[in-house]
Amino acid sequence: MFDFLKKDKPTDTQSVIAPAVESTTSWTERLKQGLAKTRSQLGNQLTGLFGGGKIDDDVYEELETILLTSDVGVTATQALLEQIKLRVKRQNLNDTTQLRQALKDSLLELLAPLEKPLITSTAQPFVIMLAGVNGAGKTTTIGKLANLFQAQGKSVLIAAGDTFRAAAREQLQAWGDRNQVHVVAQESGDPAAVIFDAVNSAKAKGIDIVLADTAGRLPTQLNLMEEIRKVQRVIDKALPGAPHEILLVLDSNTGQNAVSQVKAFDDALGVTGLVLSKLDGTAKGGVIAAIAQSRPIPIRFIGIGEGIGDLRPFNANEFIEALFS
Amino acid sequence: MLENLSGRLQGVIKNLRGQARLTEDNIADAMREVRMALLEADVALPVVKGFIAQVKERAQGREVLQSLTPGQAVIQVVHEELTKLMGTENAGINLTTNPPAIILMAGLQGSGKTTTSAKLARLLKTQKKKVLLVSADIYRPAAIEQLKTLAKSLEVDCFDSNASQKPEDIARNALDHAKRHFYDVMIFDTAGRLGIDEAMMAEIKHLHDLLNPIETLFVVDAMQGQDAINTARAFGETLPLTGIVLTKLDGDSRGGAALSVRHITGKPIKFIGVSEKVDGLEPFHPERMASRVLGMGDVLSLIEQAQKSVDIDEAKKLADKIKSGKSFDLEDFKAQIQQMRNMGGVGALMDKMPAQMAGMAGQMSGEAGDKAVRRMEGIINSMTPLERRKPDLIKATRKRRIAIGAGVQVQEVNRLLNQFEEVQKMMKMFSKGGMSKMMRAMQGRFPGLR
Repeated sequence: MFDFLKKDKPTDTQSVIAPAVESTTSWTERLKQGLAKTRSQLGNQLTGLFGGGKIDDDVYEELETILLTSDVGVTATQALLEQIKLRVKRQNLNDTTQLRQALKDSLLELLAPLEKPLITSTAQPFVIMLAGVNGAGKTTTIGKLANLFQAQGKSVLIAAGDTFRAAAREQLQAWGDRNQVHVVAQESGDPAAVIFDAVNSAKAKGIDIVLADTAGRLPTQLNLMEEIRKVQRVIDKALPGAPHEILLVLDSNTGQNAVSQVKAFDDALGVTGLVLSKLDGTAKGGVIAAIAQSRPIPIRFIGIGEGIGDLRPFNANEFIEALFS
Repeated sequence: MLENLSGRLQGVIKNLRGQARLTEDNIADAMREVRMALLEADVALPVVKGFIAQVKERAQGREVLQSLTPGQAVIQVVHEELTKLMGTENAGINLTTNPPAIILMAGLQGSGKTTTSAKLARLLKTQKKKVLLVSADIYRPAAIEQLKTLAKSLEVDCFDSNASQKPEDIARNALDHAKRHFYDVMIFDTAGRLGIDEAMMAEIKHLHDLLNPIETLFVVDAMQGQDAINTARAFGETLPLTGIVLTKLDGDSRGGAALSVRHITGKPIKFIGVSEKVDGLEPFHPERMASRVLGMGDVLSLIEQAQKSVDIDEAKKLADKIKSGKSFDLEDFKAQIQQMRNMGGVGALMDKMPAQMAGMAGQMSGEAGDKAVRRMEGIINSMTPLERRKPDLIKATRKRRIAIGAGVQVQEVNRLLNQFEEVQKMMKMFSKGGMSKMMRAMQGRFPGLR
């Protein structure tokens, strides 16, 4: 029924077949491809800007514009500019090509602390709960995560905790079928109960990783935020210490609201990692710079395409490199 | 919603109001603040720049400088320009064509196309249209299932497509089906796609040519950032869009994307999505939205909503009762609570009130208020009709019985009775002093108002 290969997009077929574990170079290539448009926009602007010449106020203003249009946000942009100005002064830079390195360094300083891979060997089963606003890409991310962990030789179980949205269960089931992963679901009812069952079943079967989906919710819906806290508490009852990882999925297209999403979900649940989805569009995901400043939560993965292999660990260096190359 | 933007703009406006004379300096200061506020609200930078230039030019013009209250005049300019940016008037949906009138939905992944399709179907159904929902999203797993499930719950027909078909075949067959079964409207939901995905953009262009829709709606997430401008451009260049739907406006995003998209495509925003539920689709009113952004309140919407959900006769009866002051009893109190809930709860009401009034009501939590209101209703439901008419009767024994009946503590019954007395007093005040006096009196005396 869900025939994905029907999609007559060459890139897609390629990505479906693409093995999950690839060499670093090809992964950089893929990220570069995914970020091609981003680069062509931000990059071209920057190449034009960094083409050499004197550093003056116009250059800074141009830089400000670029950062602002990348969703970096007013506060983070100002902070970055301050830093760059400081570097220019301290290192006595006087050429715009050097400014490029200064910007890279400042961005790296900001983003490098967020580069912490997810380690799943600390518990068995290792329970990962996903949260996020509506349409952020939680269910798709779960499908990709299942594929990723299986490629690492781990056994995976998916819990269909989105009992609200129509056909969310079926969507997850489709991903499960594709990965040949068992999906624990119920006709309808309480998300906490579904995930509770899944965790217990994982314990009994000696499964390595449980991926728990939840319904999308906006942080302003206080009753739903209360509900997801309950889900968290119930998981802890099924397996003390779980969920071991709470992933917040953020849509790269989101503007400054992503910052308040991170704050709200972190306050409610204690978010341990972020996933930046849909980075293959023209959106630049610059809002992570703003997030890094206000709530430095590790970015575990980035989503760079619709194919099942298009989920990658976040690497600050490569991310910035891909933006500028 | 949008309160952060309006909050910031209000700060600016307050400063301007105090100014007896406008100088180039204080206009520039104010414009800097406006720029920051709009950028933080995710309005795209080029749009912000254009807006500021426009406002500045007019603010330095004669009409403002010669005004007796120049500060006020600048606010007027900001308001007008903001309205202009969002479109000048409400544009309804256009169905004047040979049936079936086709509505094509387009947008990014996760922007809310499927949910909006269902909401639109519900809306048109209430207008006595025969609606057919069609999904051509063969890519996202279970997307067609989702629309089918939604259609079933709405009791609207859904075309039987499946993921092994080609979108263009689905379009042809659905069109044929709609014609043969005399549907008034066919809503055609498509897969989410990126503006840079050439193959997918070609696909939707092809679908558009096949269907020749009267409405092509671009669905935009209100939380979208600066990139909204690029996406809007890509879709606007590929498809002859006729309107925009802004979704997820019930979050705390500042909705700046609305301004960007509207500016780039030049197409009107026709609807806004304000809830996950199927009835959460409202017509968009630029004038009112501008007022809302500026904190002038959306009183018109509030009145419309009240007219829609309040039984006029009931309200009149109550108004008469309130005027007399004495006979306002717990039954009326309950009726009022119910009406408030019909209108979308405490939170929805507060959202539309002028900022000053909402500010007066204090830091208000809509959800908490709604919860408290439900509890109050429960307590009143546990009273006998006689007790509701004559609350004075309720003494210790009756209180205990009511508390057990409602599953609450006796203290809560006491609190409700106290609140009722306060409201009774307030109602008397209302008949004399009007709304603002009442709001002042409400502070701290109503659940959720702190």
